[in-house]
Amino acid sequence: MSDNKQWFSLNLNSIKKKSSGSCSCGKTSGGCGSHSKDQISDEEFDTAVDATIGSERKKDGFDQVFDVQMDRRTAFRKLTASLLIGAGAVSTSCSVTTGEDSKEKAQIDWEEQFKGNYKLMTDAEKKGTVDRLVRSYQLRTGKTIHMTSENAEEDVLFGYAFNISKCQGYMDCVNACIEENNQDRNSQMQYIRIHEMKDGEGFKFDEADDNYYHEVPAEGHFYMGTQCFHCDNPPCVEVCPVQATWREKDGLVVIDYDWCVGCRYCMAACPYDGRRFNWSTPEVPEKEINKNQHYLGNRMRKKGVMEKCTFCVQRSRKGQNPACVDACPTGARIFGNLLDPNSTIRWVLENKKVFRLKEDLGTEPKFWYFMD
Amino acid sequence: MRRFKVFKGLFVDSFSAVTQGSKRYHIWMGFLTLIMLMGMYCYSLQIEHGLSVTGMSDRVSWGLYISNFTFLVGVAAAAVMLVMPTYVLKDIDFKQAVLIGEGLAVAALIMCLAFVVADMGGPSVLWHMIPGIGVFNFPNSMLTWDVIVLNGYLFINISIPFYILFRRYQGKVPNPKIYVPGAIISVFWAVGIHLVTAFLYQGLQARPFWNNALLGPRFLASAFAAGPALIILVLAVIRGYTEFKIKDKTIKKISMIVTVAAQINLIMLVSELFKEFYAPTHHSESAYYLFFGLHGKDALLPWIWTAIPLNVLATVLLTFGKLRNNLKVLYFCCFILFIAIWIEKGFGLIVPGFIPGPYGKITEYIPTGIEIGVTIGIWALGAFIFTILAKTAIKIETGKLRFKAR
Repeated sequence: MSDNKQWFSLNLNSIKKKSSGSCSCGKTSGGCGSHSKDQISDEEFDTAVDATIGSERKKDGFDQVFDVQMDRRTAFRKLTASLLIGAGAVSTSCSVTTGEDSKEKAQIDWEEQFKGNYKLMTDAEKKGTVDRLVRSYQLRTGKTIHMTSENAEEDVLFGYAFNISKCQGYMDCVNACIEENNQDRNSQMQYIRIHEMKDGEGFKFDEADDNYYHEVPAEGHFYMGTQCFHCDNPPCVEVCPVQATWREKDGLVVIDYDWCVGCRYCMAACPYDGRRFNWSTPEVPEKEINKNQHYLGNRMRKKGVMEKCTFCVQRSRKGQNPACVDACPTGARIFGNLLDPNSTIRWVLENKKVFRLKEDLGTEPKFWYFMD
Repeated sequence: MRRFKVFKGLFVDSFSAVTQGSKRYHIWMGFLTLIMLMGMYCYSLQIEHGLSVTGMSDRVSWGLYISNFTFLVGVAAAAVMLVMPTYVLKDIDFKQAVLIGEGLAVAALIMCLAFVVADMGGPSVLWHMIPGIGVFNFPNSMLTWDVIVLNGYLFINISIPFYILFRRYQGKVPNPKIYVPGAIISVFWAVGIHLVTAFLYQGLQARPFWNNALLGPRFLASAFAAGPALIILVLAVIRGYTEFKIKDKTIKKISMIVTVAAQINLIMLVSELFKEFYAPTHHSESAYYLFFGLHGKDALLPWIWTAIPLNVLATVLLTFGKLRNNLKVLYFCCFILFIAIWIEKGFGLIVPGFIPGPYGKITEYIPTGIEIGVTIGIWALGAFIFTILAKTAIKIETGKLRFKAR
C-alpha cells in the first residue's frame, strides 16, 4: 500500500508490513501506481514538513508568497523563473512558430466537440477519435498515453461473483479501483462500496456502514461489496435520452463520456447506486495517472459527465482480471467469462448457492453473491 | 407580401409597446433584469466550476432545478383549464382570460426548459438531444417524450395566441375553424405534458417513492389547482393596473376550477398517506423521511409541514362558497395554495425520492446560494417574458395596437 493517497488510508492490517517490493496489485514491477519507494512514519513526515515549510505553517495567502525568508541568490532565481514563464506566455500568444501546435489543438477540439456517438461509430471512426484524444493529451501535457478501442469479443459474457464469507473489508479493491480507473481524487469518488454489517442481523443495508475508518475485520461484523452490477436488463440504459450509455455485446454496461449530456437520469434509475457523476473537473495527480486506457474505460473524464465501473474494460478485454479482483487479498472476488464452461465463475454458479440483490426489479444483474 | 408587412408592423409596434410604459412598469422590468443578471452570474459560476457549486451529490442527484421544472410543467399544463371552457364548451366568459393563460403557459414552458438546461452537466453538448442531428433515444427514454411534448406544447401555445392576435391586430375577427382545432389539440396535449412528466419519475423501479400509480393523476390534480390559482392572481394584478377588463364572473369561474382540483388533490394526498403509513414497508421510508424524519435526519420537515397546513387551509376555505366569492379571501387562498403546491410538487416530491438511497443511506440535500440564485434568476426570466407577452396582448385586445398601412 502506498502512502500517497489523499482519499483514505486503511493500512491497518497485515498488508502494512509488506516489503516495499510488492503491493496490493500483486506485481513487483511497478506500474500500478502504488509502489512507493520508501515509507516514512508520521513522525518523520512531520519533522520533514517542519524542516521545509515550518515557518510558513501559520501563514496564508499573501504572507505565504511574499513574507518568505530567502537569500539574494534564491530571490534572483525565483525572479528569473517568473520572468521566463511570463515571457514564455507572451511569446506563445504572439509567435507564428507555435501556431502549428495550437492550430492542431484547435482542430482536435473542434472535431471532438462535434464527433458522433461512439456506440454508432465504425472501427475506423473509433480509431480516429482515440488517436485524436491521445494526440490532444500529448499536446497538452507532453506525455504519451496508450489508449485502445477494442470491441467486445465473440462468445464472451462477463460475470462476477462475490464471496461474502471471505471478504474482510480491507478495501484494497477500492484503492486499486481508484488507481486503475483514474477516479477523481478531489471528491474521493469510489465505484465500489464495502458495506459493514452486523452478524446475526442478515443483510440490513440501511444499518450497514459503508464509510468506516477503523480496523478490519471488526468483531461481530461481515462485509459485502457493491458496485455496478452490469445488469442484463439495465434500467439506466433505457432512460438515457441520448444513448450515451449502453450494454456491450460482452455484457459490459459502458458510457461514452463525450456523448453524455449530464442529465443524471440514469443515476435516478439505477437501483444499485452504481453510477457516479463528475460534479467538478476530476483531478488526478499527473504521476498517478494510469496511462493504459480504453476509450470506454479509464480515460480521463471531464466535468459534468457520468462514469461508472466497467469491469475495467481496459483490462478485461485483454484477458486480465479487473483491478479489484487482482487486488483482493482474500480471494473474495471472482471474475470470468460466463460462456466458458471451464471458467471459475461458472464453477461458482454451478456449485454454490448464489443470489443477487433486488432480483424482484427484473434487472438481471451479472453479479452474484455466495457463501462458503 | 402584405402579410409580411403586417408582421413587420406587429413586430415594430409591439416592440415600442413593451419598451414604453409607466414609471412603475420600468421599475418592474429593471428589477427583473437585475435579478436575471444576478442569476446569470450564478450560472456562470456553475459553468466554470461544475455542478459541485450546487447542493446536489451522488446520493441526491436532482434538486432545486428539477423540482421547479416539475412544478412549472404543471403551471404550463393548467392554461388548458381556460382554453377548454372557452373554445370547446363555448363559454364566452373566459375569453379574455385565455390569452393571459396561454401567455403564462409560454412563460412557464420557457422556464421549464431553462431549468432543465441549468441542471445539465454538459450544456455545450445538448445538441446530442436534437432528433436527426444527435441520437434521440425515442421511445425508450421518457425524457425524450418529455422533450417532444414540452416543445410541441410550446409551439401550440405560441401559435394559437399569435394567430388570434395577428388577426385582431389587423382589425379582423379570428377564424374559429383555424384556431379551435388547435385549441382542442392543446387540451389533450396539456394533459399529456403533465402525465409524461409524471411518468419520468413513475417509471423508475429504483425509487419506490415515485414508483406508484397515483403519481400521474396527482400531478394533474395539483397542477390544475396551482396553475389556475396563479392565473387568478395574475388576473387580479392585471385588473388592478391595466385597462384590460376582466369580470368578477370570470375570476369566480376559475376559482371553481381551483376548488375542485384542490379537493381532488387532497383526497389523493389522504390516499397516499394511508398507503404509506397504515402498513408501512421499507418502501415507505422516503415518506417517513419526508413527514417525520429518519434516523434523526429531518431537513424536509419544515417544508412539508408548511405545505400541508397551507394546502388544507386553502382547500377548506375555498370549499365554502361564501368565502370563495369574497375576492380578498380568494386571492389569499390562491396564494397559499400556490406556495403549498410549489413545495409539495417540488421539494416534497423530488428530494425524498432519493432519500434514503438505494442501499438505505441518508444524505440530506440543502440547496446552495448559487443554486438559489440561478433559480430566482430563471423565475425572473419567466416573469419578464410573461410581462412582455401580456403587455402586447392586452394592447391588441383593447384595440390600442392596430395595424396602420404605412
